[in-house]
Amino acid sequence: MPRNVKRHTLTAVLVIGAVAMVFPFVWSVITSVSSGAGLTSSPSLIPENPTLDAYRTLFSSTNFARVVANSVGIAVIVTVAQVSTSALAAYAFTRLRFPGRSVMFAVYLATMMIPMQVLIVPLFVEMRALGLVDTYAGVIVPSIASAFGVFLLRQAMAVVPRDFDEAATLDGAGHLRIFRSVVLPLIKPALATFAIFSFMSSWNSFLWPLIILRSDEFKTLPVALAQLQGQFTTQWDVMMAGSVISIIPMLLIYIVAQKQVVQGVAGSGLK
Amino acid sequence: MSAATSIEAAARREPRRRTGSTPRARRRREALIAYAFLAPSAIPLTAFVLYPMAQAAWASLHDWNLITPMQWVGVDNYVALVRDPETLAAFTHTLYYIGGTLPLVFCGGLALALGLNRAMKGRNLLRGMYFLPVVTSWVAVAILWRWLLNPEVGVVNQVLAWFGVDGPGWWTDPTWSMPSIIIASAWKDLGFVMVLLLAGLQAIPEQVNEAATLDGASPWRRLRSITLPLLTPSIFFVIIITLINGFQVFDQVYAMTGGGPAGSSEVVVQRIYDLTFRFGDAGLASALSMILFLVVLIVTMIQIRGERRWVNYA
Repeated sequence: MPRNVKRHTLTAVLVIGAVAMVFPFVWSVITSVSSGAGLTSSPSLIPENPTLDAYRTLFSSTNFARVVANSVGIAVIVTVAQVSTSALAAYAFTRLRFPGRSVMFAVYLATMMIPMQVLIVPLFVEMRALGLVDTYAGVIVPSIASAFGVFLLRQAMAVVPRDFDEAATLDGAGHLRIFRSVVLPLIKPALATFAIFSFMSSWNSFLWPLIILRSDEFKTLPVALAQLQGQFTTQWDVMMAGSVISIIPMLLIYIVAQKQVVQGVAGSGLK
Repeated sequence: MSAATSIEAAARREPRRRTGSTPRARRRREALIAYAFLAPSAIPLTAFVLYPMAQAAWASLHDWNLITPMQWVGVDNYVALVRDPETLAAFTHTLYYIGGTLPLVFCGGLALALGLNRAMKGRNLLRGMYFLPVVTSWVAVAILWRWLLNPEVGVVNQVLAWFGVDGPGWWTDPTWSMPSIIIASAWKDLGFVMVLLLAGLQAIPEQVNEAATLDGASPWRRLRSITLPLLTPSIFFVIIITLINGFQVFDQVYAMTGGGPAGSSEVVVQRIYDLTFRFGDAGLASALSMILFLVVLIVTMIQIRGERRWVNYA
């Protein structure tokens, strides 16, 4: 009996904790539909007259639709680029023999240790020299390749049996064919994991877009969100509407592909 | 007839011999293909990681305002940084951040991992709820918590008021700005640490614990003598990752306090940003970048050495 009580107590604590963890999200949604929230008082837990006014204000008095489109577009391009370039490199590292293979792989791994934060000054100067400050390309170009992606996909490709490629070679298939039609289909789960991770990182990234983008028309969600604070200082319903919009796509991805999201995040250790 | 087919066959074979039927030619061809496969990632990584890294090291030895040409100053920038009280304060705040978040996410994450590793109904849903903040952006998290920790109308201070506690000014108060950032960050990172430790727990064979139970070991004893020692590699990894990420903290600080009030939460990366884009001292900023890189590198080296040791144990 006391054993049972103990177990139920533990479960209850875990459930209460989980509800507390999710509460900030619930509270942001409630705030976003409570008109005028934050000026004088906190909204009530069950809004009396739920309204979408905050969302209307957000989209009418800022270019938030454009901002959302920017974030989607940039994240999609970066994801496609990173998955393609990483998969190609992973193929070379697992399937082809060439001089300098282990040295090059070590260099790829070494680049993973260099944080973006360390590179902001020279990277900004480089982008300025290339004329890419305040352009979409300025955000996208430095993120074309991902050493983490190469590392992750290489591990996945290493366990695909060689028999399949050998059979394809005998049929006269070249490396590009084997890459596309044999290896890629067999590592789909790893591709999905990395694609989701890549999309999430791009969607949430803040420091580099903050530095390289100046005009409102190019800004991404996190940058615009940080700026809303200056514009809507005490209009918390509008601020929360913006936050909710930035969170929803990640939430949907997480619900649909929970396993891949967790794998990607845990595998990177970088976020 | 037979002569014609053999000529045809020879003609078909001919180009193949030219492109690489000798082993050397074939190897050369394979290497060229490999470089073609590597180029799309190798070129960007060289141009946007390795080259800027070298550039940062070079610029750190110069006086440079991003506009006029660099002036060689040797290690002057590093000397200036060590003497600069604001840079020292930035390091202190960063260490404060790490010292605050690490115990919170570690103890919380460990408790959650242990609690949610048992067979129970709704386990996946609970894990999912704890993990949810991990997928959101730091900026969204910062704004959410600015609202929750709003001194006048925030939920946290209202709840504190029910208990007769007069809540602090949180991010508007220099004393409470770092704790505010730490609370928000721990909330976001808790699920991340939980997942890393859960992966470690699942790698522990069940038989070990079953055997100990049969020998009459109490749950507390099993945790101390079996689970925690076997979990050491994961624990080590969590600490290292939290340290590495901690030194690079920026997004949530910028969005929550902007380093304020009165510079009370300015962290290292924010200082790099300010030195470059507010004060136009890119040489000094580069030197600070190099110091940050060195710190992260040292922590990474500790990780690599530690991992080697523990892989042998397992």
